[in-house]
Amino acid sequence: MTQLWLGFVKALELLATFDREVLEIAGRSLAVSSLACLVAGTVCLPLAGVIHFSRFPTRRLLISFIQTLYSLPTVLVGLLVFLLFSRSGPLGSLGLMFTPGLMVIGQALLIMPVILGLTISALAGIDNKVSLTAVSLGASRFQTSLLNLREARFAVLAALTMGFGRAISEVGLALMVGGNIRGYTRTLTTAISLETARGDIELSLALGIILLAIALVINIALNRLQQAGDDAAD
Amino acid sequence: MKNLFRASGFSVSVLAASLAVLGACTSDDGSSGAQAEKPAQRLKVATTTSLYDTGLWNLLEDRFERRHNLRLDILYAGTGIAMEYGRRGDVDVLVVHDRAREEQFIADGYGLERVPFACNFFVIAGPADDPAGIGNLGPAAALKKLYQEREWAFISRGDESGTHAREKAVWKAAGLDYETVRTSGAWYVEAGRGMGPTMLMAGEMRGYTLADVGTFLAFRGTTGLAPIVDRSDLLLNVYSIIAINPDRVETARFEEVRTLIDFLVSDEIQELIGAYGIEEYGAPLFIPCAGREPTD
Repeated sequence: MTQLWLGFVKALELLATFDREVLEIAGRSLAVSSLACLVAGTVCLPLAGVIHFSRFPTRRLLISFIQTLYSLPTVLVGLLVFLLFSRSGPLGSLGLMFTPGLMVIGQALLIMPVILGLTISALAGIDNKVSLTAVSLGASRFQTSLLNLREARFAVLAALTMGFGRAISEVGLALMVGGNIRGYTRTLTTAISLETARGDIELSLALGIILLAIALVINIALNRLQQAGDDAAD
Repeated sequence: MKNLFRASGFSVSVLAASLAVLGACTSDDGSSGAQAEKPAQRLKVATTTSLYDTGLWNLLEDRFERRHNLRLDILYAGTGIAMEYGRRGDVDVLVVHDRAREEQFIADGYGLERVPFACNFFVIAGPADDPAGIGNLGPAAALKKLYQEREWAFISRGDESGTHAREKAVWKAAGLDYETVRTSGAWYVEAGRGMGPTMLMAGEMRGYTLADVGTFLAFRGTTGLAPIVDRSDLLLNVYSIIAINPDRVETARFEEVRTLIDFLVSDEIQELIGAYGIEEYGAPLFIPCAGREPTD
C-alpha cells in the first residue's frame, strides 16, 4: 500500500518537474498510438461501410471472424510483424525493424478488428429508415453510407476510443517490434515492463499512473465532445 | 453536421499534435554533436540483459553519442535471441557472453572477430542462511546437491541466454544430464526472463539461482539474496563484442561498428568500466580486459 502511495507521489513529482525523459516517453506513446488509430480508422471506417451495405453469403461468417480477432494476442501480432519486417523477411528491405514507424503499423493491425467490428455494429444500430429516406431523395450508395456513418458517429467514436485504448495499453508488440530502445522506441508500457524487471516499482507505478492520466484526459475530451453534440442536437 | 465538423476538427488537431510530438521525439538525432552536418546514423546493438540491467549501457551510450556522429539503439536481449537478431540482419553488432556459441556464430560466417572487453564471475545466489547447506562446495558439487535433495527451488533463466548456457555447463560438470534435471520436478523453475526478474523470483521463492555478479550486486538490496558459491574458474564470465559479417549479412555496417569496438577497448572506457559500480554497490561490477581473453 505504501508503494502505491509512493508511486502516486512519484508520478506527480515527475509531471510537476516536467521530467524530460518521462514526457518524451509519454509523448511517444501518445503519438504512436494516435497514429495507429488514425491509420486503422482510415482503413476500417470505409471497409465497415462496404461490409455493412453488401450482401454476400459468407457475410455473417466474416463478421464472426472479425469479432474473433478482438482477442488477437498482442505478442502474436508482434511475432507476425517481426517475421514480415525483419531484414530477412519479405518486407525487410524497408529497414523498418525496431523503429517507431513499425510500432505504428503493428498497433494499427492489432486494433483494426476492434474498430472494424464495432463500426459494423454501430452501423447495424442505425434505423433502416435513414437509408430508405436517403435513397428516395436520390442519394447514391456512397452518400447513403456516409450518411449512416454520420448518424452512427458517436458509436464510431467509441470504436476508435476502444482501439486507441487497446493500442496505448499493449506492451507485447511494442517490445517485440520496437525493441524498447531508450530515446527512440521506448513507450510507457515498455518502460513499465523494464523498470519492474529492474525492481524500480515506484517508477513503474508512476509511469502506469501517467498512462491512466492520459487515457482519462482523452476520454473526458471525447465525452465533452459527445455532450456538446447532444446539446446541439436538441 | 456542425458537430461532425467539430468532432473531426478535434481529431485532426489531436493527430497534428501527435505528429509534432513524434517528430520532436525522433528529430534530435545528432543535434548535439559538433560534426552534425548530416543526420546521425543509427547503429543497432543487441546486448545481453546483464549489461543493461546494471545500467552500464546507459552510461556508455551517452559517452559514445557525445563523441561520435552515431546513435546507438540498444536492444537488450539474451545471448540466444541477440544472435538470432544478428543472423536475421536486424542488428549490426552483438554484445554477448557465451564463448562456445560465439565461436560457433563466427564459424558459421555470421560474425567477424570476437573482442572480449570485460569480465566478472557468475555466482550461485540463494537465501542468506543457505538452507541447502551448499556454501562450502564448488559450483558443480553445489548444484549436484540441490538436484539430489530437490527440496529447495532452483530458478533457471530458461531463456537460452549466456547465463543459461553457463548453468547447463555447470550441470554437465556435475555429471548430470540437463534434460533430466530440467524435467525432474517442481523444484526446478524455468523463469524465461532476464537476470533481474529471475533474481526477484528466486528471492520471492527462497530459492537458488545462477547470476552474473554485476546483476547480482545491482539487485542484492531488492532480492535479499546472498552469494553462496562464487570464485571458481567454472564461473568466469567474459563479455565480448562481435561485429556482424557484412559478407554474410549485407546490411551490416562494419566501419561504424569498428568505431564502437575501438571505443569500448580504449583506455578511458576500460577504466570507466573497471570503476563502474564502486560508488553505488561498494565493489566494481566488471573487470576490464581490453581485447584480450582473460584466461590467456
